[in-house]
Amino acid sequence: MFHRESGYFKTTYQSDMALYPLPIGKAAIAGLAILFFIIFPLVLDEYYLTLVNLAAIAVVGALGLNILLGYCGQISIGHAAFMSVGAYTAANFAVHFHFPFWLTIPAGGAVAALIGLFVGLPALRVKGLYLAIATLAAQFIIEWTLNHTPIISGGIQASIEMPRPELFGEVLETQTEMYFFLMPLSVIAILATLNLVRSRIGRVFIAIRDQEIAAEIIGINVYRYKLLAFAVSSFYAGVAGVMATYYYGIANYEAFQLPISIDYLAMCIIGGLGSVLGSVFGAVFITLLPFGVRVFMETVGVYFVDGVYLAQVIAQMRLIIFGGLIIFFLVVEPEGLNKLWQNIRNYFRVWPFSY
Amino acid sequence: MRHLRLGLMAATVVAAASFQINTVTAGEIVVGLQCDRTGPTQTVGTFLCPGYHDYVKLVNSRGGIGGHTIKVMEIDHEYKVPPGMEAYQRMKKGGAVVVAIYGTPHTQALTPLLHEDKIPGTSPGFGTAAAANGKKYPFLFPIAATYWSQGAAAVQFAKEQLGGVLKGKKIAYIYYDNPAGREPLPILHKLRDMEGFTLKEFAIPPPGVEMKVQVQDIARRFRADFVLNHTFGKAPSVSINEFTRQGYPLNKMIGFVWAAGESNIMGAGGWHKAQGYYVLQMAGAGSKYKVLDDIKALYKSEGKSPPKEMESTVYYNRGLMWAAIALKAVENAVKAKGGSANVTGADVQKGFENISNFSLGGILPPLKVTAEDHEGGGWVQVFQVKGEAFVPISKWMHGYRETVMEMVASH
Repeated sequence: MFHRESGYFKTTYQSDMALYPLPIGKAAIAGLAILFFIIFPLVLDEYYLTLVNLAAIAVVGALGLNILLGYCGQISIGHAAFMSVGAYTAANFAVHFHFPFWLTIPAGGAVAALIGLFVGLPALRVKGLYLAIATLAAQFIIEWTLNHTPIISGGIQASIEMPRPELFGEVLETQTEMYFFLMPLSVIAILATLNLVRSRIGRVFIAIRDQEIAAEIIGINVYRYKLLAFAVSSFYAGVAGVMATYYYGIANYEAFQLPISIDYLAMCIIGGLGSVLGSVFGAVFITLLPFGVRVFMETVGVYFVDGVYLAQVIAQMRLIIFGGLIIFFLVVEPEGLNKLWQNIRNYFRVWPFSY
Repeated sequence: MRHLRLGLMAATVVAAASFQINTVTAGEIVVGLQCDRTGPTQTVGTFLCPGYHDYVKLVNSRGGIGGHTIKVMEIDHEYKVPPGMEAYQRMKKGGAVVVAIYGTPHTQALTPLLHEDKIPGTSPGFGTAAAANGKKYPFLFPIAATYWSQGAAAVQFAKEQLGGVLKGKKIAYIYYDNPAGREPLPILHKLRDMEGFTLKEFAIPPPGVEMKVQVQDIARRFRADFVLNHTFGKAPSVSINEFTRQGYPLNKMIGFVWAAGESNIMGAGGWHKAQGYYVLQMAGAGSKYKVLDDIKALYKSEGKSPPKEMESTVYYNRGLMWAAIALKAVENAVKAKGGSANVTGADVQKGFENISNFSLGGILPPLKVTAEDHEGGGWVQVFQVKGEAFVPISKWMHGYRETVMEMVASH
């Protein structure tokens, strides 16, 4: 009823190419923009902004992995390692050369992309699980290198203190200020991905994913585009790493280890492979669900468990419920949260006359 | 559609619950505790955090601090940094006046925030050793021996064991290959140059369950006179077995504070496997302390049996120590405020810096925290595995204190 395509006629090329051709789409985006950039910072407490900030960082990382995994069909288990490359690059530039954030962010992304190109080389020969192992190796090699190269990682602790980002001489410190720093980057990443995947490059990625040989036969240089996918994906990871570093105030490879790579894989799979909105859903789901479950347990658990053991039960139940919900959502909709959202939309599209 | 409705309902319940965050009530002081009950170092957190809770419970049963109840806000962070950041923000929102951090990367990430928010944080036995410098890190309190102090004390102990002279002796340093594992290296290098012993470093790559080559090298080729064992998680258990297998006597090895728990001994196969093994402790091990009896009596008066976590004395007592020191600081702050419950993080920071000669019947070292020295003296006590327990074989001690403080000041 609300979301209906009929009756809107496109009379110019521009309107045909618009990201959101329907008025309801435009209105929704405007509404979201008002919600995120005016209402949230005004209404939400700093603590809740912390959650949104963490999710904003995860969104950028998840988008990057989804371009590679969901659109181009190449798996990577080294995503967090690329984030650490971005993190250390930015930290070094910021500390030694006093680069402002608008230089460290592209620099971190670019160096990560370069390393990503290199790591992508095995993808030219191997596929699927074999590629997974090759990228897993990259995760460990990058971790080891950072751990043992004081010139890059800043000494025995392998960590570099990151100065807070500055904008017009104003140091961004509080959660609200960081929110206005991280959120626009996240929005830029979403818009860039939306446009990338409907461009020629994005379509090539999808062609490679769906049938590599067919793609090659119609004249696509598969090798080049696979490497490009790795580079683009690593660029996103690098940027996410820089954002995380500014946010944590420290570049430390221990914040980007294998479990984080797995978390990002989970975000893409739960959110929905090959979908931008799915990456956002997945990132928000994986980042916020543990907190939600914990608060839920703390509220409800009091009625079931005795005081001393409550903390222990909360900690364990959080993991159990978290795992259970992931299975639940994947059973209900194997194609991810994005498909679930599509179902809701399609239901309301014809509601109340569903037949 | 039925599934959808179910899902939406569940989501609403979770959302509703998440907005009910408790706020401070009058006469209540909130302390924050970050835990790792589910992550890679859960062998520590599972025993340590109950210790913290029980001490607070004991204090509350005696009327709290100046009549005010203490409320612990515990959050488990799975040893991941983002949940640790979130946990800190939640504690800040909950009005916590002191936060017990857990984990070296977490300490590093939270240090600038503690400073901005003026909330003191404790990092006992981990984190950056340079944080002992209270002038540079006013809101970070290691309150127990840092890795530098542990390294210095271990070398001091080795010196005593090897007849008072280290010149020409061979010391092996076997460590978990991560930043925390490498942290003691600068002090060890410095002491090597001072004392003239040979130091050889043996790194164990994470996850630290394979160290045959390194141990063989130490026992057969390098033939170390003494071994300093700085490992975490499962690695200490593996190292005990591996050294025994290579025929290296365990009474020529000392484990740093995170290689020193009952769970590490159990992991190696039980007490009989680890006879003679020396360990450094930052809080007293064993159950012969009055405060532990008090806690048992408290449970008894409630008609309950004491928690089984108490049997793992090393980590349980450490949790008790963390709580005791934090509450002492709160107590000092409350006193300074004339008994008001309305203390701030900054008051508690001053409270920390006024802790002196607080030892709780010997379970804590004779701490003296000052505005300069946030480590409180860098005390450790050496224990040895004898029979079915850790037996103290030294008084509270520290080694090469001047050298350590020099390094802290110049860092």
